Amino acid sequence: MIVAKQKPIDEIIEGLKNADRILVAGCNECVTVCESGGKKEVAVLASALRMYFMNHGKEVKIDEITLERQCDHEYLEELRKAIEQYDVVLSLACGVGVQFLAEKYMRTPVLPGVDTCFMGVTEQRGVWTERCQGCGQCMLARTGGICPVSRCAKRLFNGPCGGSTRGKCEIDKDLECGWQLIINRLKELGKLDDYELLIPIKDWSKERAGGPRKIVREDVR
Amino acid sequence: MRLQYPSSIRIICLPCTGKVDLIHILRSFEKGADGVYVVGCMEGSCQFTTGNLRARKRVEQARTILAAIGIGGDRVQMFNLASSEAPRFVEIAEEMTRKILALGPNPIKTARKKMAA
Repeated sequence: MIVAKQKPIDEIIEGLKNADRILVAGCNECVTVCESGGKKEVAVLASALRMYFMNHGKEVKIDEITLERQCDHEYLEELRKAIEQYDVVLSLACGVGVQFLAEKYMRTPVLPGVDTCFMGVTEQRGVWTERCQGCGQCMLARTGGICPVSRCAKRLFNGPCGGSTRGKCEIDKDLECGWQLIINRLKELGKLDDYELLIPIKDWSKERAGGPRKIVREDVR
Repeated sequence: MRLQYPSSIRIICLPCTGKVDLIHILRSFEKGADGVYVVGCMEGSCQFTTGNLRARKRVEQARTILAAIGIGGDRVQMFNLASSEAPRFVEIAEEMTRKILALGPNPIKTARKKMAA
């Protein structure tokens, strides 16, 4: 899932201070799971904003909605009739949702309520960690199912750097060395010989370096 | 025991403090409550294991939000006591009432009255 973190409330308030009619729009997908932009977070933020503005003597209409997804036309269509009633939409979806909403409704400003951080997993309640950077050329089959692009700070492909100490990364003593994890996993799989195989230079044009990416599948269009 | 406690307190009964959500606390303030306190079982003796611990975290979240928006985080507090401690219940009620009286009314209530005038 895409993991996001809610922006500090003063930053959100700063963006909304000139608005009289605000729609707080959540998303029922990833940001719900990572507890930053689902229905609950929408209700809490809307309540906090109502109290803030009321406390400052300003009557602001703040409505709430949580869409099934903000990255699909069909769900964003639900806002078509209502969106012009608002001066601004505060979207608690990831950056994808915020942009798609903004592209679709050109005349209404859309502000982000969360900082989109990474694609990751829920390790435990309240702890999320990165697992994928969408590099466009998955190499997990070669590395025991552990990704050197997202788990190694230097994105190395052929073993750890000299900064790996007792299984930890040199950038943070609490961070597992990605390559140590790969080696441990290959050992468990009885495939440690694969570690000796050189991984060729990666085609980074399939990653973000190649510019914004697009997939077109004629078979499902 | 028939003990008396301040009449300004309205009790909302829940099966467990784990049921208390952050939004319940915030809505109370939005509706004009001057203070909210959550009274749960002693830590370590929750029948549902972690209900009172979760409630404490939500109380902390509410305090942070209320402080950030200028309502005052001190208006919310968590207490733990056993169901047999009626005198302690009264002490807490009196302590919280004194605290809220010192803090004054919920600024939302005052602002709403001003706007309506």
